[in-house]
Amino acid sequence: MSAFLQQDVPLSWYLLLSAVLFSLGVVGFLIKRNLITVFMSIELMLNGVNLSFVTFAQQWHAVKGQIFVFFVMMVAAAEAAVGLAIIIAVFRARATLDVDRIDRMKL
Amino acid sequence: MHLILFFIFAGFCLAGAVNLLLQSHPITSALSLIVVMTSLAVLYLMLGAEFLAIAQIIVYAGAIMVLFTFVVMLLNAGREARTMGSRVARTVGFPAVVAILAVIATVILQAQGLGAARLSDGLTDVKGQTNLEQLGAVLFTKLLLPFEVTSVLILIAILGAVVLASHEGSVEQGTGNRDQGSERTGEE
Repeated sequence: MSAFLQQDVPLSWYLLLSAVLFSLGVVGFLIKRNLITVFMSIELMLNGVNLSFVTFAQQWHAVKGQIFVFFVMMVAAAEAAVGLAIIIAVFRARATLDVDRIDRMKL
Repeated sequence: MHLILFFIFAGFCLAGAVNLLLQSHPITSALSLIVVMTSLAVLYLMLGAEFLAIAQIIVYAGAIMVLFTFVVMLLNAGREARTMGSRVARTVGFPAVVAILAVIATVILQAQGLGAARLSDGLTDVKGQTNLEQLGAVLFTKLLLPFEVTSVLILIAILGAVVLASHEGSVEQGTGNRDQGSERTGEE
């Protein structure tokens, strides 16, 4: 038992975790009905992909994968700011956050 | 040790993600997303990406999630109606998700040459440089232009957020109360 606990973690487990996180994000995107929660599911997908980037950076000892994650984080910050501003604007126009009731582009 | 830490934080990660889907209140979803991001930061640390682990906590769990919780509270978002998604989501979406997950899992499990992660890995490379030194060396020499372009992107995003979130046509500064009052009556 202690020998099992002493061993190293295979990188494929990290990759599997990232695949599962991504799929959970997709499922959340499909089943959630609140605009903000749908947006959070997108962030969950981004995080799952980031984990696989970091895992491959560790595998190939290449720092470029980590730099890619850094850029993903910066763009995600910009995306969150703009997306949440859009959500506020939509809420002001429609007074609802239910994605089923926000089905027209026209205000 | 590494294995125990991996199981603990991968478990936190999955539990947070599943909890995000199960909760019907947006604020609890946001809090479980913070749990996911923080445990991901620990996983990054175990994979030898110290800078990204700190950036994950500061940028994601800090800045972005504060924005999310702020908007949830600002809009007073209540309990959402519980549905099982649209018909398209049921008939096409879920089988597609399962298929994607199955394909990715098969590819990963069959991949040859994937190594294992050691806790001592990644702190320094063969030349004795730390992770942060390597990142900085590449980021500020080879990738200087993309880095600067990102800062312009964030500047544009700030301006866009201000423009989108402000009331159309009226800039509310200083004379807040009177402005808002007249607007509210105008809307009604």
